[in-house]
Amino acid sequence: MYNFSQGFLVISTAMLEVDSAEVGLNYSLKSSAIENISTSTNDSTGGHGSSTITTLPIVIWKWHHVETPYLVALWILTCWLCKLVAELNHNITSVIPESGLLIMMGFILGGIVWGADKAQTFKLIPVNFFYYLLPQIVLDASYCMPNKLFFSNLGAILVHAVIGTCWNAGTVGIALWGCYEGGAMGNLNIGLLQFLLFGALMSAVDPVAVIAVFEEVHVNEVLYILVFGESLLNDGVTVVLYNVFDAFVSLGGPKINAAEIIKGIISFFVVSFGGSFLGVVFAVLISMLTRVTKNVQVIEAGFIIVLGYLSYLTAEMLSLSAILSITFCGVCCQKYITANMDEKSVTTLRYVLKVMANGSETMIFVFLGLSAIDQNIWVWNTGFILLTILFIVIFRFMGVFFLNWLLNQSRLIPIDLTDQFVMGYGGLRGAVAYGLAASLDEKKIPEKNLMLGTTLIVVYFTVILQGITMKPLVQWLKVKKATKSDLTLNGKMNNRVFEHVLTAMEDICGRMGDNWWTRHWNYFEDKYVCWLLMTSDARKHKDPIFGVFHKLNLEDAKKYVNEGESKGSLAFIRNYDNASVDFKKQLALEYADIMPDIMNDMSEYDFGIDNVPVTSVMKNPLPSVSLNVHELDRKSMLNDLSAHHLLDQHLYKSRRDNRPTYSRSHYNTSENPDEMQEIFQRTMRSRLESFKSAKMGVNPAKKLSKHPKKDSTHKPNGKPADPHRTHPYGDEDFEFSADSASSSEIAGHFPRRNTNAPGAGVDNPAFIPEMDMSPPMRNPPWQTETANNMAVAPSQTAQGRLPWTPTNLRHLAPLRMSTRSTDSFAMADASVDDEAPEEKSGSHHTRL
Amino acid sequence: MGSTSSTLLKIPNVEVLMQETGFSPAHIIRLHDRFKALDKEGRGHLCPQDFGAIKELAMNPIGDRIIGAFFSPGKETVDFHTFVKILAHFRPVDKDRPKEPNSPEPINSRSNKLKFAFQLYDQDKDGKISRDELLKVLRSMLGMQVTEEQLESIADRTIQEADLDRDEAISFEEFRKSLEKVNIDHKMSIRFLR
Repeated sequence: MYNFSQGFLVISTAMLEVDSAEVGLNYSLKSSAIENISTSTNDSTGGHGSSTITTLPIVIWKWHHVETPYLVALWILTCWLCKLVAELNHNITSVIPESGLLIMMGFILGGIVWGADKAQTFKLIPVNFFYYLLPQIVLDASYCMPNKLFFSNLGAILVHAVIGTCWNAGTVGIALWGCYEGGAMGNLNIGLLQFLLFGALMSAVDPVAVIAVFEEVHVNEVLYILVFGESLLNDGVTVVLYNVFDAFVSLGGPKINAAEIIKGIISFFVVSFGGSFLGVVFAVLISMLTRVTKNVQVIEAGFIIVLGYLSYLTAEMLSLSAILSITFCGVCCQKYITANMDEKSVTTLRYVLKVMANGSETMIFVFLGLSAIDQNIWVWNTGFILLTILFIVIFRFMGVFFLNWLLNQSRLIPIDLTDQFVMGYGGLRGAVAYGLAASLDEKKIPEKNLMLGTTLIVVYFTVILQGITMKPLVQWLKVKKATKSDLTLNGKMNNRVFEHVLTAMEDICGRMGDNWWTRHWNYFEDKYVCWLLMTSDARKHKDPIFGVFHKLNLEDAKKYVNEGESKGSLAFIRNYDNASVDFKKQLALEYADIMPDIMNDMSEYDFGIDNVPVTSVMKNPLPSVSLNVHELDRKSMLNDLSAHHLLDQHLYKSRRDNRPTYSRSHYNTSENPDEMQEIFQRTMRSRLESFKSAKMGVNPAKKLSKHPKKDSTHKPNGKPADPHRTHPYGDEDFEFSADSASSSEIAGHFPRRNTNAPGAGVDNPAFIPEMDMSPPMRNPPWQTETANNMAVAPSQTAQGRLPWTPTNLRHLAPLRMSTRSTDSFAMADASVDDEAPEEKSGSHHTRL
Repeated sequence: MGSTSSTLLKIPNVEVLMQETGFSPAHIIRLHDRFKALDKEGRGHLCPQDFGAIKELAMNPIGDRIIGAFFSPGKETVDFHTFVKILAHFRPVDKDRPKEPNSPEPINSRSNKLKFAFQLYDQDKDGKISRDELLKVLRSMLGMQVTEEQLESIADRTIQEADLDRDEAISFEEFRKSLEKVNIDHKMSIRFLR
């Protein structure tokens, strides 16, 4: 299975060798990247301008034009194919986490590149990672963050992310330094500051593998949000911490005094909180923007992505924490844009973000594996590596247990011991650590390669080893699972009552509790934030109780539609006697039917007006109650649905629809033989009838309608032998043969035929009203003077067909004069209008 | 410590109260202080007006119902004991405390918490939440944007969800069933009463 991706790689590396150019992802430094691009552009322009050609080339090989984007696209494809391969067998992914598998595939790919080039030409460089791969992952994670859970646990998350990260960085750095001083690692050129810097970059926790496991086994939501939220904020904090220590390293040991240290601490907080604040500002901007994007719904979702990215870049520009900025941007704007944007845009945004995030995640892991196959970066120091692994695990556990103990002092629901253990064990290291290690400056840190190599080993150790053991551990420890809660009005309403009761009790006790904050924020949000950030429409539907009600009703509608369609069609409920069905009334009845019995098994329903359980209707004193809510909304939805359904099922396909497959071999009419049969029969019948009524003045015999096809083709004594007729007039000859009598006959006949032949559209009684309505529809507008029964204006469908008629008119005019002067022009055309397109396809079928 | 015990001594039957509610002496003292602060005229009991004087409580959409829960039917006043017992509903359940087999069900048990919530709806004390009662609660809790008709439909739907015996009202049993999956201990507990 690997051959495919390998093939790609070999091709691309072979191309590389041919051109002997260093391009693509192998810029080890930003400057070299720029250099490279400029040289390649020079090349290409030189190729354009200077080369004098002797003869006109037909095609040219222009590899240099596309080199960089081509390689990037190829690598993206390769990585994604790796994911495809990794996901092929679920038995494997259930044992080894996907991230681990991707890293292993990275090893293989790296080996191939190494074999081809004898050097690692491709690796993940920090600039690409931090500017093009990381932002969308963070944006996706923060946008999909369960908001309420996140904010209600924000305290604990912040404690873990800020204090925990600082603790990890400090202790790992100092402990390693201590061991180094104690002589455990031999002779290295590393000082305390460098060790601290290393500790800082080692404290970035990457949750991808853990989160995947958590989602699979549905761990309780507190544990989930703690790990998820911590790892997200922790990345930001790590980068800030790294930058502070990096500045210290550049400053050099002797120059550091108390003032510098204080500055460093201030900088840490300014950068973190500044970044978060910037993110909130961008969130406000996005939310306000989505208030007015109604008219450009197509790119609505794009705004959020672009602005999110801009929040990242802006923070980077101001040297604030970019990750925290984009995190808070995503978390804060989520609620408002979901309310403001169209539902489709929300879905689009979710999917686009998921695609981008998953895509870059895949690439990151593959490249994490790929980067290892490079002898230049490997400097082995057993003591350093083993001690690093030991310390990050030990101090992680210590930090988690201590902080949780602190938190449990004041938590209403304490975090229990198994959860704490899983939290500690979930401290996998990932791409952020590698990215930071790779961006170390070799001039300042002489042992950069040792650190880079160690980081890689730690990443492999944690992602693969801890990742594999995570799931058995969670199951073995019997970590509390999330309780599935159904969406019920009762639950929602009582939740609200409980909240009110708790705040009231806090007021009575005269203390400010958690509910005080929640309530005041809610009040503030209701009064100002929503006014600023939400459209007035969205504000109206914001109330959670109401929202649940709406959602439940929508679900019912969906269920109802599914149920209805499994029994044929939604139009089952139409009144047979009355062609002009009042949709409103029908729906009211449908809902009266469905609402009271909502707790019943749906299968008990008997649909159809006669079968509506009378008791249930009686029991509900307000049959239309549930309809009144969002009445327009739902009605239009169901209306649309039923109309579309009708049209899809029962409109004959026009010939135009078949054009793409318009060839002898592909023009396969068998996809709906019943329909073709029907058209054919109808045509033949109308021909015969009109013929008889015109020539003999006799009404058609009943049996004709039963076997019209046979009759028409085998008719022995019918003088007009069909072939003769079809020849001169072509496929349109039948059209002027229909007169008023026959057209009404058709309408009359049709239902009867339906009962005879069960077919696709035949079961559906809704077909009848449509046919009944067709006579008035057949009158094109320019005949309004002659048509006296124009009670109804041509429907949209009829109007849509009008373009057909003028061409028919032109065809018809001479024919009418020559053959049939008795027929009125109007009548001929009336029948044409409705049947021409369908007949065309039908007759074509016969001709072909 | 001296002032603590002296305050405690002033409260009659404080041992029984602590036994019944499970509050620590510190809690009792804090609540006693609060009680005295609310009881501005120093009568030793509270009347509805005293609760009404709490500004935030006046803003609470179902505040009057909650105040009403403090007063047993027919009574116009609430003394300290009742006050503490009502608040004891909201003490978090502690697992550490050993359970005595013969002891009566603690005030902060799940079903007592539920009962407290239930009686907020059931104002006429007939053991059932009728449609009208539900409607009144909903009306006070939902914003202005929701129309009366929508309210009614929500109320109908809510009753249908919980109503198992189809009597168009929610009994306590049905109420408990409908909230079976909700973690009442978390939702009806106040942290600082632990």
